[in-house]
Amino acid sequence: MPAEPVIRARGLVKRYDDFTAVDGLDFEVAPGESFGLLGPNGAGKSTTMRMVGAVSTRTAGELEILGLDPDRYGPEIRSQLGVVPQQDNLDQELRVRDNLLVYGRYFGLSHGLVAQRADALLEFAQLVDKAKSRVDDLSGGMKRRLTIARALINEPRILMLDEPTTGLDPQARHILWDRLFRLKEQGTTLVLTTHYMDEAEQLSDRLIVVDHGRIMAEGTPSRLIREYSTREVLELRFGSERNATAAADLAGIGDRHEVLPDRLLIYDDDGEAALGEVVRRGYQPITSLVRRSSLEDVFLRLTGRSLIE
Amino acid sequence: MTAVQRAAARREHGDPFAAAARPRRWGAWYVTEHKLRAMRAYGGGLVANAIFNPVLTLYTFGVGLGSLISANSSPNAVDGVSYLAFVMPAMLCGALLMVGAEEGWFTFMSGFKWNEIFPAMRSAPISSAQVIDGTIMMVVIRLLVTGVIYYVIGLLFGAVQLGWSLLMVPIGALSALALALPVAAIACATVNDRGQHNIVMRLIVSPMTLFAGTMYPLTILPIWLQWVGWVSPLWHAAQLSRSLSYGLDEPGWLIAVHWLVLIVPAVIGWRLAVRNATRRLQK
Repeated sequence: MPAEPVIRARGLVKRYDDFTAVDGLDFEVAPGESFGLLGPNGAGKSTTMRMVGAVSTRTAGELEILGLDPDRYGPEIRSQLGVVPQQDNLDQELRVRDNLLVYGRYFGLSHGLVAQRADALLEFAQLVDKAKSRVDDLSGGMKRRLTIARALINEPRILMLDEPTTGLDPQARHILWDRLFRLKEQGTTLVLTTHYMDEAEQLSDRLIVVDHGRIMAEGTPSRLIREYSTREVLELRFGSERNATAAADLAGIGDRHEVLPDRLLIYDDDGEAALGEVVRRGYQPITSLVRRSSLEDVFLRLTGRSLIE
Repeated sequence: MTAVQRAAARREHGDPFAAAARPRRWGAWYVTEHKLRAMRAYGGGLVANAIFNPVLTLYTFGVGLGSLISANSSPNAVDGVSYLAFVMPAMLCGALLMVGAEEGWFTFMSGFKWNEIFPAMRSAPISSAQVIDGTIMMVVIRLLVTGVIYYVIGLLFGAVQLGWSLLMVPIGALSALALALPVAAIACATVNDRGQHNIVMRLIVSPMTLFAGTMYPLTILPIWLQWVGWVSPLWHAAQLSRSLSYGLDEPGWLIAVHWLVLIVPAVIGWRLAVRNATRRLQK
């Protein structure tokens, strides 16, 4: 028998006056699963996270976290969650280790246990030598790791990460991904939002693509790519003026074209063959690139828009 | 949820009910603990201020101005007591009122905006009401400590006798809350600071302090200005404190009014602060 889902949403809606931020989401997350919400800014991802985090009340629909209704059992649900918000909201007036100590107390943990876990988490977040530093003195990546460490102080069953690596440099992102992989290996359920397709591919077992508060598609990253894109993509640049005219002349090459302001994308399982055909028709692009399809292409196909605009 | 369903949830998912029991009960205290720990960083400054402020003001007004008044009239020129004894209870309440005005605005604005710890607390098993209640408890602790320091210095100056007069500390703290909590309620609903605090301080708090019978009996003022004192928590707290300190004779009905003017705004401010914070934190 499959395990009961830890999160179950049915027709989940959140409205602010006239604006509908989340418009009828249905999804389930299994224990130990790493579940992603992929979508552009303003798609309703953070609002969904706040509802699942038993902070924001839903306008309509059903929502159960660990089998409990967040409207009634908010503290019970939050006692089992770790939350990493989009903006780090560490206490700037406290030192690094103190941030962990005070937060652990909110879960009713004893001073001794909190101190023990704080030290272990500083190690996990590679912040041992920063334990007595002021939060203001930390780099962006360090603050993010401290926020994640803080979210783990209660040994949560579900860790929720809202845009975990936005604004970080590549090295800081990879350190963070590594820490998240370790948690996943330990069986923590991860729920994350991101507008980076590589992050979604790296970290999610399964994801939903969200736009305008609705689910556009659901599945594993590889299944979504298979379903909504070709194996490879040929990216051509002819100069911004000429991409559209070139696309018209190159009709029939590949399964599908996307004309973006700066480039033309040709979807074909064999990108090199498609490039050969382009050249055969007398076109010499300024640059050409054959790459594997990504979730960015899935999103483009589903919404006609790029993820990062 | 029935007991059977709850037992099933527990079997399936561990025990969220056991984990949330302590935060449900002690959450507000955890918030106070957090705020007190943060205060350690600048606690030295607060204590120094709490010591120097009464020393300077009691010396300047009580001793300096007091000796001038005694020399020009009699040693017991105001209310039948020395000027120092007259002014000290009101000065203590006034000092606490200033602490209240500062905490009511900056601590609550900060928690939502400048140092966003309130939303962070809300992600833990803490309710919005506990966030506010715990922060208020920290403010009360700061007020009481500041008040006790003021009182002890008053004793050293001989402005007051140890005894029931010690109750002027909680009375002063209550008058501070009568201002701080309505201000906190405004702060909890303020998304953008467009100088609201300055307006409150200059147009409401300053007149309430200046025309509240602090330095002289309220009856000296022309009748058209006395109403400012009547609506000021400071005048009511000062009169109550004076009756405890040197036995100022106040009729029973007026003592009841004094208490009402201190308690009603504090309670209304508290409930509004909780309501505004709850709306904001569960958006």
